[in-house]
Amino acid sequence: MLENILSDPSVQFFLFSAAKIAVVFGVVMTFVAYAVLVERKVSAAIQDRVGPNRTAPPLALKIPVLGRLLQRWGMFQPMADGLKFILKEDFTPAYVRTIYFWLAPAISVIPAFLTLAVIPFGSNLGQQKMVIADLNVGILYTFGIVSLGVYGIVLAGWSSNSKYPFLGGIRSSAQMISYEIAMGMSVVSLFLISGDLNLSKLVEWQANHGWLVFYQPVSFVIFLVAAFAETNRLPFDLPESETELVGGYHTEYSSMKFALFFLGEYANMIASSAMMVTLFFGGWSLPFLGKPAESLLGGLIHIGIFIAKMIVLMIVFIWVRWMLPRFRYDQLMDLGWRRFIPLALANIVATALGVALFNR
Amino acid sequence: MTKVVDRSPLNFYEKTYLPALVEGFKVTARHFVRTVKGENTATDLGDGYYPEVPWRVNEGYRGAPYLVRDQEGSTKCVSCQLCEFICPPKAIKITPPGPEGQGADRPNAEKMPREFEINMLRCIFCGLCQEVCPEEAIFLQQHYSLSGLSREEMVYNKEKLLKLGGVHAGIQKWKHKLEEAREQESFPVQVD
Amino acid sequence: MPQFTDLLFYAFAGLTLLFGFLCVANPLSRNPVTSAMFLVLTIISMAGLFVLLHAFFLAAVQILVYAGAVMVLFLFVIMLLDLKEEDRRKLNKTAVGLGSLAVLGLAGVLVRAMLAAKPVIAAGSKPVEGSTKELGRILFESYLLPFEILSILLLVAMVGVILLSKKDLK
Repeated sequence: MLENILSDPSVQFFLFSAAKIAVVFGVVMTFVAYAVLVERKVSAAIQDRVGPNRTAPPLALKIPVLGRLLQRWGMFQPMADGLKFILKEDFTPAYVRTIYFWLAPAISVIPAFLTLAVIPFGSNLGQQKMVIADLNVGILYTFGIVSLGVYGIVLAGWSSNSKYPFLGGIRSSAQMISYEIAMGMSVVSLFLISGDLNLSKLVEWQANHGWLVFYQPVSFVIFLVAAFAETNRLPFDLPESETELVGGYHTEYSSMKFALFFLGEYANMIASSAMMVTLFFGGWSLPFLGKPAESLLGGLIHIGIFIAKMIVLMIVFIWVRWMLPRFRYDQLMDLGWRRFIPLALANIVATALGVALFNR
Repeated sequence: MTKVVDRSPLNFYEKTYLPALVEGFKVTARHFVRTVKGENTATDLGDGYYPEVPWRVNEGYRGAPYLVRDQEGSTKCVSCQLCEFICPPKAIKITPPGPEGQGADRPNAEKMPREFEINMLRCIFCGLCQEVCPEEAIFLQQHYSLSGLSREEMVYNKEKLLKLGGVHAGIQKWKHKLEEAREQESFPVQVD
Repeated sequence: MPQFTDLLFYAFAGLTLLFGFLCVANPLSRNPVTSAMFLVLTIISMAGLFVLLHAFFLAAVQILVYAGAVMVLFLFVIMLLDLKEEDRRKLNKTAVGLGSLAVLGLAGVLVRAMLAAKPVIAAGSKPVEGSTKELGRILFESYLLPFEILSILLLVAMVGVILLSKKDLK
């Protein structure tokens, strides 16, 4: 009876999808926690500090050498941070628009996780393709979902009913809409070359022909900068710029609701890093490891390659934060509308010409 | 000599943000490598970090204000309340002894405060109390990290302030006054 | 599983109708932002219907363009204008009567048209895959002229807006 149900392909599909979703969600949550730690440690090193180095659960220090080492590296810090966020007082100011105030953090987190659904994070593991949803319009799906991420921030700014969050919300919506256009245009040229909107196919194309970053460096630069703007990271963190807007859209938030915004920001970082790996750096493939894996070990190695590439890009995100000062708002708009959009359009035309000339 | 800052318009290379990126990367990488290698001032102390090994403040550092005793161990404060009036955040509260109160514990003063409280939660370490004090009885000292578990605990009373302030034997105002007065008396006055 | 997709169709159709109703006549709130948010939800559930029709491209574009860009701008304008909650207006009896008459008439026409129409796709044939490639081919081969005219129309609108919003023309 049970075997009958399990051998039904649709039931199998359902079970495997559920398992993939659970694993990806768990991995991403861990990544978020430790990305915060890496960010704190790298920032500390760049600013001549030491970073978190003293959190340790009661019994951890009893482990001979390892305990001390882990404590020094701050490996237990994310747990303490999480616990702190849960235990802090969840304060809702009296003047906020309550329903939207509660909804906004959730709305800003969900899209970040939804984008991960179409990203092929490995080739095969056994019979299963390592992607949650192998959509034919993968990239369009991603952009659709990313564009929904604005709502969380806009609603947070508006529902807080106070001036700094409102300014932050307004800034973020303008910024995200502007850079979405540049971002969307920058990837068009990639699909002109590969000829398919499916992200798995794109990765396979790159495995056979080489990474797209070498074919399309201009669109990579545009995508990278637009990704910084879309994730509200420095040098484009105008929506929350501490020095002028207190905390921007999350000024009025505390405790777990604030943590959700934080989570959303890092999940967005992870999603855009994963996206860049997929689009420009050949996804799970390496120049000499391009064939879809046949063994279990090969599949795991491919997943490892994907994660390693992603981590490198995450560190780029973290590092750039300290390299450049924040842009002024008019400079940001100027860069988006008057530099990147024309550049992306020119790139599309050039690529189309190239494809037309060479693919005959 | 006036220094003229060159404000010529950016050239094309500079407009691409590339030099800014390169310079930014150089600076951050230099600091990163230094810290990882442990060559920074932050790790220079060698034997540990802040809470265990307090930061060594330089001489002349002005931290929390404490009351001091003179070279004979008696209270210098005469409860004139000038510091209480000048204190910008109103952190100081002095209870004078009153007409029938206890006198000073030193011969050359009339009175001393019955109670002298500084609320360290309000104090901003500005040093006006030290500047205004005619008796040189209150000094900003080297403590900079004050902590407590309750608000009440952070209000330091006379006993605590005197204990923390210690003996300030270097400045002996009354001794110098006495010497000056004697010098005045024996000063050879030449009248033509 | 055909039953499951049917179920999904009814779910999405119901949600579309529900959110659409709440967008225009929310009994609980007269707030313009709430209306806008329900419009977003309507658009998203409509995208769900497109997915059920295997029109993935349309679904994605629906969310990308309408929910992601147009509605954000709507929200932007509503927030910047700081619209207050609308007062509940008194119902004009003639308007309600004429309105419902018009709605009934339109519904009648639609229902009759649907009943009269024959199913275009014969039962059992392969469902049409609305793939991006085919859509692009149709747009740029059979319907190239209308497509280009539409884009010029949009361009004209854009230039017009810029012209109107500029206070002093040089």
